[in-house]
Amino acid sequence: MSTPRSSESVVRICSLYPDLLGTYGDGGNASVLAQRLRWRNIVVDLVSIDAGRSVPESCDLYLVGGGEDGPQTRATQELQTSGALKRAAENGAVVFAVCAGMQILGERFPDMDGVDRAGLGLLDCVTVRVDRARAVGELLTHDAAITAPDGTVRALGTLTGFENHAGRTIAGPSATTLGRVEIGEGNGDGSEGVVNGSVVGTYLHGPALARNPALADALLRWIVGDAALTPLDDSDVDALRADRHLAARAHELAPRRSWRDRLRGS
Amino acid sequence: MPIRSRLAVGVGRLVSASSKAVHLGSGSVIGGRAALFVSPQLLRDLTAGREVVIVSATNGKTTTTRLIAAALAGDRPVVSNSMGANMTAGIVAALGGAATNATAVLEVDERWVAGVLRATSAGTVVLLNLSRDQLDRTQEVRKLAESWRTCLAATPPATVIANADDPLVVWAAHAAPNVIWVATGQDWRADAAGCPQCAGRISFTGVTWRCTDCDLARPDPTLTVEDTAIVTSEYRLPISMQIPGRVNIVNAAFALATARSLAVPEDIAVAGLQSVEEVAGRYRVTSLAGRPVRLLLAKNPAGWHEAIELLADPPAPVVVSINARIADGHDPSWLWDVDFERLRSRFVVATGERRHDLAVRLRYADVEHATADTIDEALRVAMGRPTYIAGHAVDIAANYTAFQEYFERVGGST
Repeated sequence: MSTPRSSESVVRICSLYPDLLGTYGDGGNASVLAQRLRWRNIVVDLVSIDAGRSVPESCDLYLVGGGEDGPQTRATQELQTSGALKRAAENGAVVFAVCAGMQILGERFPDMDGVDRAGLGLLDCVTVRVDRARAVGELLTHDAAITAPDGTVRALGTLTGFENHAGRTIAGPSATTLGRVEIGEGNGDGSEGVVNGSVVGTYLHGPALARNPALADALLRWIVGDAALTPLDDSDVDALRADRHLAARAHELAPRRSWRDRLRGS
Repeated sequence: MPIRSRLAVGVGRLVSASSKAVHLGSGSVIGGRAALFVSPQLLRDLTAGREVVIVSATNGKTTTTRLIAAALAGDRPVVSNSMGANMTAGIVAALGGAATNATAVLEVDERWVAGVLRATSAGTVVLLNLSRDQLDRTQEVRKLAESWRTCLAATPPATVIANADDPLVVWAAHAAPNVIWVATGQDWRADAAGCPQCAGRISFTGVTWRCTDCDLARPDPTLTVEDTAIVTSEYRLPISMQIPGRVNIVNAAFALATARSLAVPEDIAVAGLQSVEEVAGRYRVTSLAGRPVRLLLAKNPAGWHEAIELLADPPAPVVVSINARIADGHDPSWLWDVDFERLRSRFVVATGERRHDLAVRLRYADVEHATADTIDEALRVAMGRPTYIAGHAVDIAANYTAFQEYFERVGGST
């Protein structure tokens, strides 16, 4: 997609509820997007909205991070009450959601007590609790690709990240995924991530956009267009990606039972 | 002490000495484990009739334990697990050889407070702070606060000394009947946004805070840290520490409050605090690979928040080393919660097993940097920078296992 969504010169990025959903360095995704725009001389307006504050509807991109079960439920209630994120997404804003953030954007997810709750319905997926160990470790997805809102598909190469979640997410017929998992759990059925229109969810943190500049630029391309995305020096990221590919393939951090899981006897 | 526990202490010492003899480390933890195997009740027996002080936190517990021991030492015999072996085995090993009248000053891992308090019926519990640390293995911080709260209610110590500026600690400490509140001016608030008592939010205004929905609020402090002084309603005590940073004035305030509550004369306590030059290898200038260095430990966002202030003034180059082993937490995504932008006026050499994760973080923070495969190379690169002043120590800020590795190389034992 090469037509810029934003005709204005400023790209507005909103981090949603970093106080509730910011457990895994999620703020890093905002820093990465903002810097990749600034380095290309594009002006960025970065806002951070804590729980309880009203969510602006006019941003170009919204970030929803990962969190524990309690804050996840709280964030869902706030987003449902306000309705702002849903309206913004329906108007074409880009939404990037990680882990618990992805789960709450789906149709249903289990809350802290295991009770099925309605999500925001921005992603065609349901998350269920399964009787298996928490997925904790390196997550590698090869030959990944992302489907743009206009239906064009763009290759992303290999996606790398760290995952730490208990739920299993099943993508519905209207959704696409980001690719097939090589190492790790991802959604739990061999796929990773859920995409509907301009809304993108993933189990990758690390944070995801720091480790995967192709994914960061894919989201930015939907906002500023192809021409604006001049090449950047990603040599530090290339070294990190090479290091993490080796680690994941050597099963340095294959999904394993944490001591909490052992204590629970699961 | 029961015969079984006497025997256990002997077995523990034997195992510990054997371990040390074959260079497996100081042997204290394995000796403690052996002793506990012989007598599971050993911690109770070793602390029966003894004055016990428990110190716990996410950050600063080793240093504060050392400072409390120093503040008390001029007044009475003291025994302490001074090298940071802070679970039951390490505590038992430290206490094994102690005189029966020695006050035990015990650093306790934040997950082990309940068990150690139950076994020792400690008279004093010092609670510094709670924040996110090692997320893929440790409990959610609120659950830790809840475990503290429950055990303080079940085995109430005579005195709790607690941080008035950490809502999680305040909520936990409220379960105790007698609390001395220390106003630390702590400004790490990323883990305190949600009220631990209700579903409300903590609102911070100026130096104070309160929940928007319930009665949880900052208690009136007994001691307040103001710049380099400790202030109470009766006096203002300027304190001149040899170990650096505001954070260590805060740690000294907790130590002073502990000494006061144990009726140690103030001049003796202050002299003890001011005599501390290093804590378990931290802060002191030493030599690594023939080069002058100073080791600093920073292992999570709140710890880094304080540690950046301890680094040599810019533009001196610094070395930062990051590992992600089990003891560090396997997931270094917390690097993105650290305000590395504050290092912009320095050159940073990234090393350790996760140097590439750090390098990416520094790249996005616009911090000039390089990576080095080994600490020797990192020091060579730092000392080759034009901003390095010949003869000065290079600061190495490292997270847990990286720090332990360098500490062993400079001759410390863990």
